[in-house]
Amino acid sequence: MNHAILCQELFKTYPGKPPVEAVRGLNLAVQVGECFGLLGPNGAGKTTTIEIIEGLLEPTSGQVEVLGRSWKSEEEEIRQRIGISLQETRLSDKLTVGETLTLFRSFYRQGLEPKEAIARVSLEEKTNARVGKLSGGQKQRLAVACALVGDPELLFLDEPTTGLDPQARRQLWDIIRNFRDLGRTVLLTTHYMDEAERLCDRVAIVDHGKVIALGSPRELIRGLGGEHIIEFAIQDGNGVGPPMPEEFANLPAVLAARAEEDRVCLSVSEPHLAIPALLQRTRELNRDLASLTTRHASLEDVFVNLTGRHLRDGEPGKP
Amino acid sequence: MNKETSPAPRRYQPLIQLVLARLREFYREPEAIFWVYGFPILMTVALGIAFSSRPITQVNLVIEAGPDAEALQKKLTDHEDPQFVCRIMESTAARNTLRTGKTELVVIPPSPGSKELTYLFDPTRPESMMARFAVNEVLQGDLQRIPVREERLKERGARYIDFLVPGLLGMSLMGGGLWGVGFVTVDMRIRMLLKRFLATPMKKRDFLLGLMISRLLFMVPEVLLMLAFAWLAFGVENRGNIFALAFIILLGAFTFSGIGLLVASRAKTIETVSGLMNLVMLPMWLLSGIFFSSERFPEVAQPFIKVLPLTPLIDALRSTMLEGTPLLELWPQLLTLAVYGIVSFVVALRIFRWN
Repeated sequence: MNHAILCQELFKTYPGKPPVEAVRGLNLAVQVGECFGLLGPNGAGKTTTIEIIEGLLEPTSGQVEVLGRSWKSEEEEIRQRIGISLQETRLSDKLTVGETLTLFRSFYRQGLEPKEAIARVSLEEKTNARVGKLSGGQKQRLAVACALVGDPELLFLDEPTTGLDPQARRQLWDIIRNFRDLGRTVLLTTHYMDEAERLCDRVAIVDHGKVIALGSPRELIRGLGGEHIIEFAIQDGNGVGPPMPEEFANLPAVLAARAEEDRVCLSVSEPHLAIPALLQRTRELNRDLASLTTRHASLEDVFVNLTGRHLRDGEPGKP
Repeated sequence: MNKETSPAPRRYQPLIQLVLARLREFYREPEAIFWVYGFPILMTVALGIAFSSRPITQVNLVIEAGPDAEALQKKLTDHEDPQFVCRIMESTAARNTLRTGKTELVVIPPSPGSKELTYLFDPTRPESMMARFAVNEVLQGDLQRIPVREERLKERGARYIDFLVPGLLGMSLMGGGLWGVGFVTVDMRIRMLLKRFLATPMKKRDFLLGLMISRLLFMVPEVLLMLAFAWLAFGVENRGNIFALAFIILLGAFTFSGIGLLVASRAKTIETVSGLMNLVMLPMWLLSGIFFSSERFPEVAQPFIKVLPLTPLIDALRSTMLEGTPLLELWPQLLTLAVYGIVSFVVALRIFRWN
């Protein structure tokens, strides 16, 4: 087994009243050459976890191994081989893109030419522009370039696309994919399920400081039973009524049913069997359909299925 | 231009790059340049003008109290060109007045003990020399052939501006070091840039040294401007060795940037670091002898004043500039400064908060 990252029984408690248990017994093994995502709502412990692995935070207890080395004995060797982009770093506005990368390059024994790092994130035209004049997406690409300039074997990205517009996000995804395609390893955190689905070879869903699900996005979704989701709302003469998921749980091809605000969500293996039965059942109940949509299941559904909560808000879902 | 990957580390010296980055950030910030370079000069101008503009047609002197004092005073005040403004004072007060540049000459009338007429003056000040001869001419016309004794002022601070410039220089080294290093450090901490640097293989020592070195470099034009200005506008000169003076200035800048680093080593907000810096600087502003000699404070306060790092710096600057004291004789002051600088740097390196 060739692990880029290995974490065992990681705990991190921040002192305070009451103490905050950010990470509670987290295990993780990231293979060389994969793009691995830590997916979870805000406050799940993703940043604490990634910063412990990056050697920036001391765990309360537990083991961390990065590229087969431990932080205690071989910090310098690890630092030379990894690249990090933190969740929020404000690089100096007064320096140019090229100067910033030359500065970061100087910290590494070997690495890319600053020019090459700039090309990898397609900022060539901005080489001589001050950092302060860049857009949000360009700044984020520069931050990634600073992580790439040491030509790392392992790249850490904490929420790399948070706050970016869709086009800027796609540009970053391409940069990350290109890096992975060189056979290098990526560990990223995100609370965007679409990002994890499109970018990551494997995902660990993290909640309350623990890994609650692990696998490729496809495996996790398949684990739901049905890869399709049917969402609908029913109404009687007085308007949209209560969702009543229990009435629909035993329809053909339906694997699970849950309420989602005023709608019912069904996990379905074969929609063409489920939908006619659903319409039949609605009629039997003397209700009409107020809305009906079908879609592929996503990691969001996996998360909701596991926790009863949504990724984005992290609040308890309604029963 | 270059090949795509490069193992050549020579081109990327982290310390040089860190210093370059700081220099660029500095000179691309016009307001900072004004406050660092403009402010000390404005201060010199204001104080210099306030203390040094005296009409030349008039000679200020003090007559030391004694039996013939009033007779001498009358002789001189009766004289028209040049006009003499003379006051009678006790010996100590008279010397102090001369020392702080408020008078040009002290005349000690003949006393029962000595039959000599004594002139106390500062040979480095042209107006002081002129006053001595002008007064002698008037007095010797009447009091026939009294033997004259000259006592040359050896006390430092002949003119107030001469005394003031080394003080302001010390003050600006202190302020520049503390603000220049402290503020920037906390700013980088707030921006998570320190944490970002920590995430690279950068040596912490390089980073802190880079801050101190860049501060030393900013200081060079600051000091040159100030000294050049004091020389051109007020004729303030350095009577010591120029290299000795440069060495003291460098050491002072090093010490105070070390202290700045220490003050900023844990602070998480600009408010905290500002408060801490004011706390550190205030006693030195008041006690270390920027505007007047620290020796004027009561004896009991002296041990405390002597251990403040600005006191030995200003002491050394003044001794060198005003008296030409050789560097080696200033070893206690220089040692104190060096210890402050090194200890601050080492402690800061130890306790520094990177995130």
